[in-house]
Amino acid sequence: MTTYGRRTILRGIGASAIAATALRSLPAFAQDRKAVRIGYAISKTGANAAGAGITTTPNYLLWVKDVNDAGGIKLSKLGVQLPIEVTEYDDRSSAEETVRAIERLATQDKVDFILPTWGTGPNLASGPSFDKFGYPQLAATAVTDMAPQVAQRWKKSFWLLGGGHDYANALVQLLVKQRDAGKINNKVAIISVADGFGIDLSKAATPAFKDAGFELVYDKSYPLDTSDFAPLLNEIAGLGADTFAAFSYPPDTFAITQQAVVANFNPKVFYLGVGTAFPVYPKIAGPNHNNVMGIGGIDPDSPDIEAYFKRHTELIGEAPDSWASAVTYSSLQILHQAIERVGDIDRDAVASEISTGEFDTILGKLKLKDNQLWSLWTVGQWQDGKFVGLSHTEREGAREPIVPKPNWTAA
Amino acid sequence: MLLSALLTGLVLGGTYALIAMGLTLQYGVARIMNLAYGDVIIAAAFGAFVLFNLAGLNPLLGLLIIVPAGFVLSYLIYALMLQPLARRSGDRGRLEVDSILATFGLLFVIQGIALVVFGSGFMSYSFLAVPINILGTPLAANRVLAFALAVLLGGGLYLLLTRTRWGTAIRAVAVAPGSAPLVGIDVDRVARFAFALGGALAAAGGVIISMYLTFSATAGVVFTMKALVVVIMGGVGNIPGALAAGLILGVVETLVASFIDPGLTLAATYLIFLAVLVLRPSGLFGRNAS
Repeated sequence: MTTYGRRTILRGIGASAIAATALRSLPAFAQDRKAVRIGYAISKTGANAAGAGITTTPNYLLWVKDVNDAGGIKLSKLGVQLPIEVTEYDDRSSAEETVRAIERLATQDKVDFILPTWGTGPNLASGPSFDKFGYPQLAATAVTDMAPQVAQRWKKSFWLLGGGHDYANALVQLLVKQRDAGKINNKVAIISVADGFGIDLSKAATPAFKDAGFELVYDKSYPLDTSDFAPLLNEIAGLGADTFAAFSYPPDTFAITQQAVVANFNPKVFYLGVGTAFPVYPKIAGPNHNNVMGIGGIDPDSPDIEAYFKRHTELIGEAPDSWASAVTYSSLQILHQAIERVGDIDRDAVASEISTGEFDTILGKLKLKDNQLWSLWTVGQWQDGKFVGLSHTEREGAREPIVPKPNWTAA
Repeated sequence: MLLSALLTGLVLGGTYALIAMGLTLQYGVARIMNLAYGDVIIAAAFGAFVLFNLAGLNPLLGLLIIVPAGFVLSYLIYALMLQPLARRSGDRGRLEVDSILATFGLLFVIQGIALVVFGSGFMSYSFLAVPINILGTPLAANRVLAFALAVLLGGGLYLLLTRTRWGTAIRAVAVAPGSAPLVGIDVDRVARFAFALGGALAAAGGVIISMYLTFSATAGVVFTMKALVVVIMGGVGNIPGALAAGLILGVVETLVASFIDPGLTLAATYLIFLAVLVLRPSGLFGRNAS
């Protein structure tokens, strides 16, 4: 039996600590790497599964396929091109579970990059974990007015979908033009879901409408999971508002549409929240989907978007949603290009490249400002089977709104 | 205005009653607190969706296939999974706890299968989404149909339970499962049958709901919660109770949304629930606690 003195042990610990630090700072050897390991936790079950399954997961799958089909990610410093290898967890729509999965991805699986989960709350909740382990967080499905502050606090976090104010103000500006053109009257009716996003938007919209001189004839919220909108719409129908705006979630968005048809409530502007841009909306609303307005939009004339829709439909069996899907895919393109420009798995360098570089994406050339994306479609409208963008925070809108919306036709 | 709100409320209440009647049988008679109940509803809704889209089958005809399927599947679930729990549990409390845990697992099995087969997206088809005018109030035809079916199913079951011999046996098990064997009732068999019947009712509710609500594979829990509130309000195991409690909730929610504030509908629901629990702890139509 060998006995080691205390000094020997201490020396040993010291030496191995130095060795470990030295090894860590060395670039990984090319022959050690078989793949770029990407991990994510996404809501495959639970309340967020429907949203994540439409906007986030399909884009992750499509991006991995697109990159791997093209031979993988080029790491010029290591002189290799490596495919992406994915580690995926189900966060069961629980923020705690998301956080736990991210910690696991960082400490146990030791993945190279972590993709964010779906939704505003979960992305805010997992911000500290991304920050703690030094991973860039490209939050593509979080809408928050807190983005400027959180981007300051977590330097490697990027907020790509704007805040409630951006969407509400864009809508109001668009309606002011319609009112000045004499197409709609001064009366507006608003309903909003009493949950994160609905609260954010109505909080921003109510003062914006008032400041613009609109008269709010109805402005009330309804609880999450409300399924019957007959009492609300029956009342609003008699108030003479030409503009109806619902800051709603799916499936409310769909139920409100169906109830408006039943109640024969035909405002000149019919605007709905999350879900309007989903590919399922035209199937649910039938011929009545045309000229309904909502959050988001795409540039229907962009060949990149057209090609993206085609690839997405081929792989997933369904078109992407016309709002956050393209932003999500673009965020992955940004990550990909940032890694290739750095040429190595250096998360600090990649994060700084994301915040300063300019990137070619399906949304055109994108450059972040203060870790946020400003080039966003905010108001869209179904025109000829496409949910086209009417308003853009940084550019002029591509399409003119069609007002008034024609009357509903009974299915 | 009041009349229109009442009619709208009754139609909404019909939905609540419809989804609660099966749970009241399962919980009241078989003593199974079925947390997978809402997922059975969703599974039936998917069934109707598939029949409608692939076979072009009218959901009313779909009922003829899906309701018996719901009965058979629930029968099997009880026989394979819940009967062993019921046999080994000495008292009701133990069975309730065991069944909560077991059906909680079942919830994820059903949800998981639905997610694999149909994905997590929203499903919907349009059936009878046309307005019909009743006393000057435009109501969605599919919701009126749901109301009519709720009354029909509820009334029919009530007659079966009160006028037939096996209905008497079911009620006997619901009231006094300990004493029922003394008069020659096979409690096991009755419980299994009641659970299966509850499953058939859940399936009927799912098919009817799919005609007018957008649903997704993960939406079951909302229905379980609502059904539970209605069941406890109406008196556990009581079909007319579930019917009445459902209608009351629908009317109150609509009145509150129309005349006070739509944001308070949920609060109103739970206020009534609380009031009923305080004033009549065993539910509106429940017997006094024994």
